[in-house]
Amino acid sequence: MMNRMENLYRQIIMEHYKNPRNKGLVDDERYNKSHIRNPSCGDDVTIQTLVEGGEVKDIRHEGSGCSICCSSASVLSALLKRRPVEEAQYISTQYVNMVSGQSYDTDVELEDAEAYQGVKQFPARIKCATIAWQAFEDTLGGDDDE
Amino acid sequence: MDLDFDIRADFPVLDDETLVYLDTAATSLTPHRVLHKMNDYYRKYSANVHRGVYRLSHEATELYNDARRTVARLINAEEDEVVFTRGASNALNMVARMLAPYIQEGDEIITSELEHHSHFLPWQRIAKERGAKLIFVPLDQNGRIQLQAFKNVLSPRTRVVALTHVSNVMGYLTPIEKITELAHAHGAYVSVDAAQSVPHMEVDVKRIDCDFLAFSAHKMLGPTGFGILYGKRKHLDAFEPVEFGGDMVGIAEKDTLTYQKPPLKFETGTPPIAEAIGFAEAIDYLEEKGLETIREHEKRLAEYAHKALSGLEDVVIYNKDADAGIITFNLKGVHPHDVVTVLDDDNIALRAGHHCAQLVMQWLSVAATLRASFYLYNTRDDIDRLIESLKRARDFFKDAGL
Repeated sequence: MMNRMENLYRQIIMEHYKNPRNKGLVDDERYNKSHIRNPSCGDDVTIQTLVEGGEVKDIRHEGSGCSICCSSASVLSALLKRRPVEEAQYISTQYVNMVSGQSYDTDVELEDAEAYQGVKQFPARIKCATIAWQAFEDTLGGDDDE
Repeated sequence: MDLDFDIRADFPVLDDETLVYLDTAATSLTPHRVLHKMNDYYRKYSANVHRGVYRLSHEATELYNDARRTVARLINAEEDEVVFTRGASNALNMVARMLAPYIQEGDEIITSELEHHSHFLPWQRIAKERGAKLIFVPLDQNGRIQLQAFKNVLSPRTRVVALTHVSNVMGYLTPIEKITELAHAHGAYVSVDAAQSVPHMEVDVKRIDCDFLAFSAHKMLGPTGFGILYGKRKHLDAFEPVEFGGDMVGIAEKDTLTYQKPPLKFETGTPPIAEAIGFAEAIDYLEEKGLETIREHEKRLAEYAHKALSGLEDVVIYNKDADAGIITFNLKGVHPHDVVTVLDDDNIALRAGHHCAQLVMQWLSVAATLRASFYLYNTRDDIDRLIESLKRARDFFKDAGL
């Protein structure tokens, strides 16, 4: 009965939801910040990124929302920290393509983010799973929207 | 036993017998009869109205005008007080635009935190443009608009009172007749958002005596993209149109124009003809079933649902004393979007979010809620299914450690 649900809400996702990594913003102007709010459901995510010498040195996140949205911010921060900017960007694109059911580079090691594969069967939840990643990509653009 | 009529068969969407549809406050289902009526327009007499002198156009115009008579009868208005619009949001925006020139700096506009965005944002905008003040009626501890609280904010500077008749989140009925009487005694205009009331109860604009009232067809078995603005004839005569073009114009010259009489004065371009005709059919259908009978039916369902939900551990209900068939609630510790995904898996359609009423969410201090809303096609079985699915959601997320 719950197979579809278990496929969406994998243990690893719920684990990140309960124990988020890299949570909490820092007061440091070297960080780029992006805040995205989904006006239809109230999911609210802020991502902070520290980029130095072409590398993503640190990622912080804060926000409120459903388990898919909040957990994916945590997963993102753990996965993309300490990666060259281009690589982080590339991985992020593969993730977004994966959850939206588009073709993506399956050779990329998505680690915990693999758990979001089930999302593509729930079109209404794709936005939840990608909002943090959009915010992250915005921070790489170098614009501080706050 | 529980229901006075079984009418699921009238609604093609409910051919899927496993579907439980509990989101009428967002949009209602459409019966076969209404669909056929709209199809007939396109299949048999698909001509423009108010233009052609040939038979088809005449036939279309007749039915289109009949639709206006049907709407007028429904709310006890005069025919020329019924303006066809794109929906309640469009109608409420028109009211704000019509009244804007009469608002002076320092004037006060009374509204409430219960308003749908479509009734609060247009006035927020007008207040900014005109230097007026937006005043919110303080809600009581349950989130209701009480007459006394309204009296307290009413002042000689009050120019407009813009309030909802029934809240789309809390399901509370505003004491709008008394409010209107008081507002008029202070020389203020009254605009009523009736999108959640007209579909579910008998609404008489003469008894309310409001200046403007708006509602949408799609929340009462009709098509989307169509709605009604009721305006008192004297206002529709006096106020300037907000849109210009075909249909609203009398004589057009290079520098001047004359207007058609209301309601055409406020209707521009080729109207949604099939929608108007379809909406009239929806009204006929509802009147045959009886709006008071429907209201009773919804009330019984809401009582039944309240009882069942209250018996469920971890459910928080935000509007236990609702007057309408709307229940707003949450499952403790689980985000409504997560809950609704489990319900959807059981083929139960329910709204999760802020319901286009972020001020209510702020008042409740929640980011989002679940909302179940009932109509004539809902049954106790629907509620039993909802309860079962909520239990499943609760157990599932408990197992996941939430």
